Amino acid sequence: MTPENAVMTDVEMVTVVIDGFDVTVPKGTLVIRAAEKLGIQIPRFCDHPLLSPAGACRQCLVDIEINGRAFPKPQASCTIPVENGMIVKTQLTSEVADKAQKGIMELLLINHPLDCPVCDKGGECPLQNQAMSNGRSESRYEGVKRTFEKPVSISSQVLLDRERCVLCARCTRFSEEIAGDPFITLNERGALQQVGIYEKDPFLSYFSGNTVQICPVGALTGASYRFRSRPFDLVSTPSACEHCASGCSMRTDVRRGKTLRRLAGEDAEVNEEWNCDKGRWAFKYISSKERIAGPMVRGEDGELHEASWPQALARAAAGLKGKRAGVLVGGRSTVEDAYAYAKFARVALNTNDIDFRSRLHSDEEAVFLASRGVNFNVSYRDLDKADHVVLVDFEPEDESPIVFLRLYKQVRKRGLKVTTLSPVLSRGSEKLGAAIVEDIASISGLSEKSVIVVGERAAEVIGQFTSVVKLAQSTKAKVAWIPRRAGEVGAVVAGAIGNLLPGGRPVADPAARVDIASVWGVESLPAAHGKATWEILEAAGDGRLDAVVIGGVDPLDISSEALGQLLGASTFVLSLEISHSAITAIADVVLPVAAVSEKSGSFLNWEGRPRFFEKAIADSLTRSDLRILSMLADEMGTPINLPSSQAAAKELQSIGEWDGAKADAPSVSPATLTAPSGDQAILHSWRQLLDLGTLQNGEPNLAGTARAAHVLISANRAKSLGLSNGDLVKVSTARGSITAPAQIGKISDSAIWVPRNSIGSQCIANLGAASGLVVTVVKA
Amino acid sequence: MSKLSPVLSAHWDEADSFTLEGYKRHGGYNAVSKALAMTPDEVIALVKDSGLRGRGGAGFPTGMKWSFIPQGDNKAHYLVVNADESEPGTCKDMPLLMANPHVLIEGMIIASYAIRANYAFIYIRGEVVHVVRRVQQAIADAYAAGLLGKNIGGKGFDLELVLHIGAGAYICGEETALLDSLEGFRGQPRLRPPFPAIAGLYALPTVVNNVESIASVPAIIEHGNEWFQAMGTEKSKGFTLYSLSGHVKNPGQIEAPLGITLRELLELAGGVRSGHTLKFWTPGGSSTPLFTAEHLDVPLDYEGVAAAGSMLGTKALQIFDETTCVVRAVLRWTEFYKHESCGKCTPCREGTWWLVQIIRDLEAGKGTPADLDKLIDITNNIAGRSFCALADGAASPIISSIKYFRAEYEAHLTHGGCPFDPIASTIFATVGQP
Repeated sequence: MTPENAVMTDVEMVTVVIDGFDVTVPKGTLVIRAAEKLGIQIPRFCDHPLLSPAGACRQCLVDIEINGRAFPKPQASCTIPVENGMIVKTQLTSEVADKAQKGIMELLLINHPLDCPVCDKGGECPLQNQAMSNGRSESRYEGVKRTFEKPVSISSQVLLDRERCVLCARCTRFSEEIAGDPFITLNERGALQQVGIYEKDPFLSYFSGNTVQICPVGALTGASYRFRSRPFDLVSTPSACEHCASGCSMRTDVRRGKTLRRLAGEDAEVNEEWNCDKGRWAFKYISSKERIAGPMVRGEDGELHEASWPQALARAAAGLKGKRAGVLVGGRSTVEDAYAYAKFARVALNTNDIDFRSRLHSDEEAVFLASRGVNFNVSYRDLDKADHVVLVDFEPEDESPIVFLRLYKQVRKRGLKVTTLSPVLSRGSEKLGAAIVEDIASISGLSEKSVIVVGERAAEVIGQFTSVVKLAQSTKAKVAWIPRRAGEVGAVVAGAIGNLLPGGRPVADPAARVDIASVWGVESLPAAHGKATWEILEAAGDGRLDAVVIGGVDPLDISSEALGQLLGASTFVLSLEISHSAITAIADVVLPVAAVSEKSGSFLNWEGRPRFFEKAIADSLTRSDLRILSMLADEMGTPINLPSSQAAAKELQSIGEWDGAKADAPSVSPATLTAPSGDQAILHSWRQLLDLGTLQNGEPNLAGTARAAHVLISANRAKSLGLSNGDLVKVSTARGSITAPAQIGKISDSAIWVPRNSIGSQCIANLGAASGLVVTVVKA
Repeated sequence: MSKLSPVLSAHWDEADSFTLEGYKRHGGYNAVSKALAMTPDEVIALVKDSGLRGRGGAGFPTGMKWSFIPQGDNKAHYLVVNADESEPGTCKDMPLLMANPHVLIEGMIIASYAIRANYAFIYIRGEVVHVVRRVQQAIADAYAAGLLGKNIGGKGFDLELVLHIGAGAYICGEETALLDSLEGFRGQPRLRPPFPAIAGLYALPTVVNNVESIASVPAIIEHGNEWFQAMGTEKSKGFTLYSLSGHVKNPGQIEAPLGITLRELLELAGGVRSGHTLKFWTPGGSSTPLFTAEHLDVPLDYEGVAAAGSMLGTKALQIFDETTCVVRAVLRWTEFYKHESCGKCTPCREGTWWLVQIIRDLEAGKGTPADLDKLIDITNNIAGRSFCALADGAASPIISSIKYFRAEYEAHLTHGGCPFDPIASTIFATVGQP
């Protein structure tokens, strides 16, 4: 028996009779849920398994008796937990329950517009469906229906048609209980009750799209989907989210080759039934005007020209074959694509100069990732059960929103203790009730049931990974590494980094190299540690490399100088991209690749859990990275034999996990920072969930709910600068400056914070750095 | 006048009855000393044994409610007094607080002591500004006299009393909606369980009692159970305030033993307005099914009224004589329920919206007798289906009026409108008329 089963048997079970059938369920199960176990569907609107019971719509009324004592009135089955000796009669066996339900349905419909033919929800509407199954065939209502001005903007992305609303309070309960953003509420009373927003606080929630999805009628609609389609015209494909490492299960709805919407999929272990607004609405980049239509080759005139695939592949092969080349993978590849890049680098280019880290990174981080192996042994369940979660350089609400929801759930449910190692108490941390710690040494109260979550920004603090590993070793706490991008964990496993081969095999280990060489059918593999991203860019700029292969990288994520160096050099640049970018602008050959919805494959989320997805746009002719790399390798005469993502997945699986010795943990001493003085401060930043990220292109409704750029300063600094909330502040370095409104908040006096990549605040482009730097802060 | 049993109202006719001095002149606050000399459990037992039942409508035994508060749980407990009197026709708590606020404060000290509460709240209707001011003054005077605050009467008992002024919503008279409102939220009823005794105000054990229930406690402590039980009937002990309004010669509050009949009360109040006869009446506010002249001898206690098919409720006796159109009266009440529906649950929110439209049509003579059956059916789809009892109350006047006056509804249809002269039922209409 596994320990989990053992837990299950500890639960007290209760047996009840529903419509004559016995059903045994855990104590505390609601009657409506117990009935579901028997396949008995009691109609409902306000009930939702992940929200607290409301008992508001009264649609689920059933007759109940306990030990021979009958309730005098029908009871809401969504609010009553089962008890031994309980006999339930639903609409199937009780005339009273059936009449009660039909009566409620009739009442729900008297003020409902019945505009199903023009309503987005028509065809997939619980009200429509249940009115058919549990309602009267004709309404007896002859009066005047309640009407409202329509629609009302709840936010730039959520619209409300109040007359359609059945006031089930699912949206308001979700916002309060699940997202911790109680910015919508019911107001007014009686039949004029309605969902509303506050006068001063907009509905700025990263999770607002879920309210649209769980609305049981067409009252809440997404601005970007409204009136675009009918559900029965859509072809739905289960998919996975490409936006972050949370790993949401998704559903992609496509009509005639065009993605019209994406919904949160159900996965109890990962995203339950939720996702974030970025995952839901940021998919228009696929159909952006900047999309690259076909292969392009730079001509004698210095301009890119359309080319045929054979021409472009020949030109690319000529630029790479036998050359000193490096490979930058970007952080968004699927596991299979990353594996193809990893194999291509070693087999076709004979180098370990490959790195997936398209962001600030460090050697210490690479050592940490190698020492960690590929069996992470930490999951969402560990967060659920944790006695203490420590966040190190990690802001879950911005950087992995489903991790935030899971933590918030436990904070709300049982007061989970959360500590954040940060000079800033963010809004997300505030919602988690997190304690701020500025020094890793002062973190206490960790046990083997604790989880230290370390984010990618730890690479920006010298010695941070070393300290985290030490802390974990001394306390037996688990360590979870949660990068922002969806492809990073898979890229580690696939070996798309200079010190690791697939399956977590250290490049430095000869046995590991023999392992992989035999699978790949090559004589040997390069033994030298590969360069990191910044070294590859530097080497490409100063002539130490002849060529670079770049897939999905924005150089401004790494440094403001990299692009200039590349531009000036005679390095051959091959770009594999979805849309035109700063890289394609300087590339010698541009090969268009498929977006996630145009291919199949998988991501590994931060737990290392595979998130498979199928090709949602079935008739797309675009090619995935691995297909192109495979063709290119053939052209170069050094085949990698990866014709499909299935082939890549199979080969990677056959390689398996490294069972030899792992690399040693990093051992880097922390740097001592000089305390800033006067107008100076230490810069801190991270990317907000909604910002200038390229995958959010083309969706203004989503961008409308992004948090506006501001400079977060402490009350003391505000006082010394004579600043009030909203006054403009100028943050500058030798490279440039950012000017944005001040926001006085909880932040260390020596620090300031700005968003890393938002409108009006792009740290690397504007300041030349993103964190740890001393900046000058003055009133603008 | 032997039918009267003035206890709470005994000194309302004195000019200074509302002052601390006026209250003390007749032994006010003696019961506090007596109670504080007992153990809290003894106080609970005494009130339990007295048979005092809630005077707010439901008639739940007061002492039993107190005994539900978990003891020794190391949690704060709260006493909340429901002074949100808003049931149509009910006018007993406001006159009581106007004329004798100290009897409530004294009762609250005793009740708080019994349930181990150091904070007590009065949730009062915001509209009754004059009453609010009087209660505020009474609380201030009680504090000044050391009857509230730290170490009351030198017995080591602390009590802070907070007067909270509601914003005027019928639903806030429902105890859990009242607690939400008191916490600063929008007043809507809460899911039960947990009941307030386990998780009430701020999720802590809380007793919610009506003004009159708590105000009855000092007299019980002072005079004992034998005295109290000598009044009333077998299961409905003691005295209570009946509010008479409408077509009655001397409307107002009559304090009498439970079990008195409307016939006797009308005698005390001078009868139905002269020249007219009783047509229908509410025994306990508009949420209790109507009675007619045939119920004049129903004993007005919890059991007697229930046996006759209604509820004692708040003992708000609204008297209507033969000039009143029952359809119009029911429409007015239904409009009230529609206006006051909080909106939380479907049957009440949508149902009252619909009922008003149907009854309005019926009153205007539109429709057929089949519409009456439809009205009954829809009302039955509302009653017993809602989240709280408010919708049941909305259904009561409709169902009971059709039961007793179906012909009158039908007369509207055959007459093509209301056959009554609405002016004839007004108070001013009697002047100068034969």
